[in-house]
Amino acid sequence: MFEVSLGHYLTLGAIIFTIGVIGIFLNRKNVIVILMSIELILLAVNINLVSFSIFLQDLSGQIFTLFILTVAAAEAAIGLAIIVVYYRNAGTIRVEEIENLKG
Amino acid sequence: MLAHAIFFYFFSFVAIISAIMVTVSKNTVHSVFFLILDFISISCLFIMIGAEFLGMIMLIVYVGAVAVLFLFVVMMLNVAQQKNQWFKSSDTSTHIPIGLIVSLIIFFELIIVIGGWKYKPDIIENFSNNLISNSTNTHTIGSVLYTEYIHLFQISGMILLVAMIGAIVLTFRKREGVKRQNYFSQISREKNQGVELVEVKSNEGVKIDV
Repeated sequence: MFEVSLGHYLTLGAIIFTIGVIGIFLNRKNVIVILMSIELILLAVNINLVSFSIFLQDLSGQIFTLFILTVAAAEAAIGLAIIVVYYRNAGTIRVEEIENLKG
Repeated sequence: MLAHAIFFYFFSFVAIISAIMVTVSKNTVHSVFFLILDFISISCLFIMIGAEFLGMIMLIVYVGAVAVLFLFVVMMLNVAQQKNQWFKSSDTSTHIPIGLIVSLIIFFELIIVIGGWKYKPDIIENFSNNLISNSTNTHTIGSVLYTEYIHLFQISGMILLVAMIGAIVLTFRKREGVKRQNYFSQISREKNQGVELVEVKSNEGVKIDV
C-alpha cells in the first residue's frame, strides 16, 4: 500500500487514458474538448513510458516521451488551426452540427 | 517512503479529478483550466519519480504553450458560453451507452494487463541505455539524445517546422479591399515618378493635389 510500485503508475495511466476515451466518445459540446481529450490520452501514454523507464532503469522511454511531446504540440497547433478555419467557414464547432461527412 | 506514497496519491488524485473535470465541465474555459491543473500535477509526479527534465519540459511545453494556445482559441472563437449537453442530447443518438460500454471495456482490459504481466527473465540485460546513476537526469538524456537519437531529433524538428507552416497556411487569408504595403513598388519608385519640379509663377500659386 505504501510502497509505490510500477503498477500504481500504470493504473494511473490507465485511468487517465480511459477518461480521455470517454471524453472523446461522449462529447456533445465542441471539438476543442475532443482535442483536449486527445491531449489527456497522450499524457497517459507519457506516464506509462516514463514510469517504465524509471522502474526498469532504461532511458529510452524518456527519449520517446520527448518525441511524443513534440508530436503532441504539433498536433495541437494543426488541430486548432483546422478548428479556426472551420469556425470561419461554418460558423459553429458544435459536434452535433458538424455533419458535412454525414457520419 | 511514506512521504513518497502520500505525495503520489495526492498528485494522482488531483490529476484524475481534473481529468474528469476536463471532460464534464460545462464551460470550455474551465476545461482548459483543469487541463492545465492536470498537466501540472502529472509533471509534479514526473519530477517526484526522478524524471526532472521531462517534468520541466512538460510544464514549459504543455502549460506554457499548448494550454495557452487552447485558451486563446477558445476565447477567440466565442464558444465559451455553449452549455454542455451531457446525456441530454434528446434526439435518437444511441452512441452514448455504447461509448460508455466500450470505454469501460478498454479500462478493464488495461487493468487486466497491468495485473497479469511479468518481465521476461533476461529483459534487464537487453537494455542499451542504462541510466547512469552518478549524473543528473538532464545530463543523461542529453548524452543519449544528441548521439544515438540524433536523426529522430532532427526529424522531430522537421515535424515542428511542417506544423508551423501548416498552421500559418491554414489560417492565412487574403482579404479584399484592404490596403497593404507593397514592398516592391515602394522600393522600385524612381525620383521622376515621385517628385515633380514646378515653375511657380508669382501671385498664382500651385495646385497640390492632382
